[in-house]
Amino acid sequence: MEEYRLEIKHLHKRFTGVYAIKDVSFQVKPGEVHAIVGENGAGKSTLMKMINGELTPNEGEILHNGQPSTPHSVAEAKKLGIAMIHQELSSLSNMTIAENLFLGHEECFGKSSFVKKRQMNEKARQILKEYDMSLDPNTLVESLSVAQTQMIEIIKAVRANADIVIMDEPTSSLSSKEAEKLFQIIRDLSSKNVSIIYISHRLEEILDIADSITVLRDGQYIETVDASTVSQERLVELMVGRTLDNIYPKEDAPIADVALEVRNLSRKGVFDDVSFQVHKGEILGISGLMGAGRSEIARAIFGIDKLDGGSVLIGGKEIRIKSPIDAIKNKLAMVSEDRKLYGLVLCRSIKENISLPNLWNLFKGLFIRSGKEVQEVEELKKVLGIKCFSINVNTETLSGGNQQKVVLAKWLLSKPEILILDEPTRGIDVGSKFEIYKLMSRLAKEGMAIVMISSELPEIIGMSDRVLVVSHGKISGEFLRNDITSGNVTQKELLQSALKI
Amino acid sequence: MESRKIDTMGLVKKYGIFIVLVTLWVVFSLSSSTFRTADNFSNILRQVSTNGIIAVGMTFIIMVGGIDLSVGSLVAVAGVIGGSILVANPANTVLAVIASVAVCCLFGVMNGFFVAKGKVPAFIVTLATMTMARGFAYVYSNGKPYTLKSPDFNLIGKGNTPIIIFIVIVILAHILLSQTKFGRYVYATGGNEDAASASGVNVKSILMRVYILSGVLTGIAGVILAARTNSGQPAVGQGYELDAIAAVVIGGTSMTGGSGTILGTLVGVLIIGTLNNGLNLMDVSSYYQMIVKGIIILGAVFFDLKSKKAAK
Repeated sequence: MEEYRLEIKHLHKRFTGVYAIKDVSFQVKPGEVHAIVGENGAGKSTLMKMINGELTPNEGEILHNGQPSTPHSVAEAKKLGIAMIHQELSSLSNMTIAENLFLGHEECFGKSSFVKKRQMNEKARQILKEYDMSLDPNTLVESLSVAQTQMIEIIKAVRANADIVIMDEPTSSLSSKEAEKLFQIIRDLSSKNVSIIYISHRLEEILDIADSITVLRDGQYIETVDASTVSQERLVELMVGRTLDNIYPKEDAPIADVALEVRNLSRKGVFDDVSFQVHKGEILGISGLMGAGRSEIARAIFGIDKLDGGSVLIGGKEIRIKSPIDAIKNKLAMVSEDRKLYGLVLCRSIKENISLPNLWNLFKGLFIRSGKEVQEVEELKKVLGIKCFSINVNTETLSGGNQQKVVLAKWLLSKPEILILDEPTRGIDVGSKFEIYKLMSRLAKEGMAIVMISSELPEIIGMSDRVLVVSHGKISGEFLRNDITSGNVTQKELLQSALKI
Repeated sequence: MESRKIDTMGLVKKYGIFIVLVTLWVVFSLSSSTFRTADNFSNILRQVSTNGIIAVGMTFIIMVGGIDLSVGSLVAVAGVIGGSILVANPANTVLAVIASVAVCCLFGVMNGFFVAKGKVPAFIVTLATMTMARGFAYVYSNGKPYTLKSPDFNLIGKGNTPIIIFIVIVILAHILLSQTKFGRYVYATGGNEDAASASGVNVKSILMRVYILSGVLTGIAGVILAARTNSGQPAVGQGYELDAIAAVVIGGTSMTGGSGTILGTLVGVLIIGTLNNGLNLMDVSSYYQMIVKGIIILGAVFFDLKSKKAAK
């Protein structure tokens, strides 16, 4: 038998010159459960996409059962025996279990073009029984629970002769009982010599299920450790393990009255009982894992999503925000995490995008005075250093960093008193990042209240006066800048607070 | 200075479709002596005025990412409403015009309500309205045309009046779209509804107003057509929605919304009108005309997409 099921050798992946994965190597043995851990943005997804054939590495090679086999498409990877169970499941929900199981393999019931339904259902029943699932193969997949759907996906993969199954956050939407059942299946597969690559943020369960753990940080391979000997503390240390250098130009600003206060905000199934205050001149960092409910809280405060309960106070007065229109009128501004979805109208110009939320305020009456508009936009372009041929070019032609500056510009023009920044530096280059930090620091000094949501701990620690941690839709921790900078609170504790259930 | 540079670049992109129009004019002028007369030119304008006014409304609709299939039926609704009033009393021109436009406006309100508030796809909503409005026109008129004998009303469709109404509407619509806040909100809503909403644009109200605008403009077009033909017919206007959509698309408005101009639509309208007129003068059978029109529509959109891809 081959020594390794999968061997990753010096893999590199660059996106427009920036390394997403830099020189990563590790090996997976047959039947091994191999976990990959790292912070958001450490490169886990990129790495998996290369193994799965969705992305092609710039350098390096992937050996499968000793054979060089870098897949160039998902179909190719499948043929090799590499299958991936995605976070978002890909079952066809309005087809039956049997139809899903045999999708693309219908021909195994004779040469005719007609699908032999009865035979197919019979075979499916046998398969389900093998996996200890008492389900009618005629059930529509949409009526199954997430866990059951996941099982179907796994069965599909294994039946297609997969000998490596990649699972991306498989337990994120499972109850603990369902997760236990999944682990049973994982152990089962492992005993049948199928290797599992397992990605999760939940360190306890990784330590429970995995044989070995590879840690990634900033796209680089850090270490592969034996799961039976490593401690959770050591793992967190490996994941965070970097020193803060001086790329955060945070200046001390006088912190004044409360600008924004929210009390007991809730939205069913998303977040619950969220209360906090932000003061003038303060940068409040909100940390936590992706999907913990951070962005949802921000969207609800800004009126994009509906609130089920709670109240929002601006300057001490309770405000009802039914839509972003109310938010803007109350001097609130929000740079959303997804600038292509909520931030920009990509097919329109820089000028039009910047003035969009401000037209009501800049121009009384029906008409837009072109001179005044151009003047305002040109000034912001200069202040923010937006690099472009002209303010009339479409925003879709700009780089990520410049697009983000356009979004910032449009909200700065609204002269907000409270600015919510959701992942303000995601996907932009280091230079633009630094400029955005500088701007934040200056705005806070001028008395603006800033809420910054971020998945990057160094950024949170580097820029915030105070840090809130959100976990599973609730605030699970609060830390002060002084405690963090003096070393009383470490990144480790922040991360642990975010991982709290 | 800089902004002017870009505008000419934008014009160059739109030039393509303008060149098509000029080429058509040159070709037809060379091959038909009737075509190149001033009389014929005002003929073309008169012929396109109805479709042109509808297409202006359709431009706004398509710009917000929608579609309005009901316009053809609404032309008939305007005709029978106005017709019934004028048959009762030929002197009631003003009332006839106002009532026709108002009823079409109500259909626009209905379209807008279901698209904006009900979130039903525009295609479905206006398909339903199209059927309902056509049925309404037949029921209201008992399936028979109203023959009109009102000299005042007839003036609306005579001589240069339709052309003047058309041109005034084009100019007003152009200003509305390019110089006003409403125009900006229309572009933003069509380009990215979520981002527009997150920027404080009342997207529902914009959608509503755009569908009402289309209803009103179609009502005006229906009045002109009834006046020109001196009759209010329940069967008139079939397929007008497709002519209007064709003109808008040829004019460079993107079917996905967010971009386009009224001047582009004007060129699109003129291209279709010139084709109809020129091919008729050249004695090309109407069957062949359909084929040529189809080719031009496909070619125009194909060219448009190509040039947009090249720009990326």
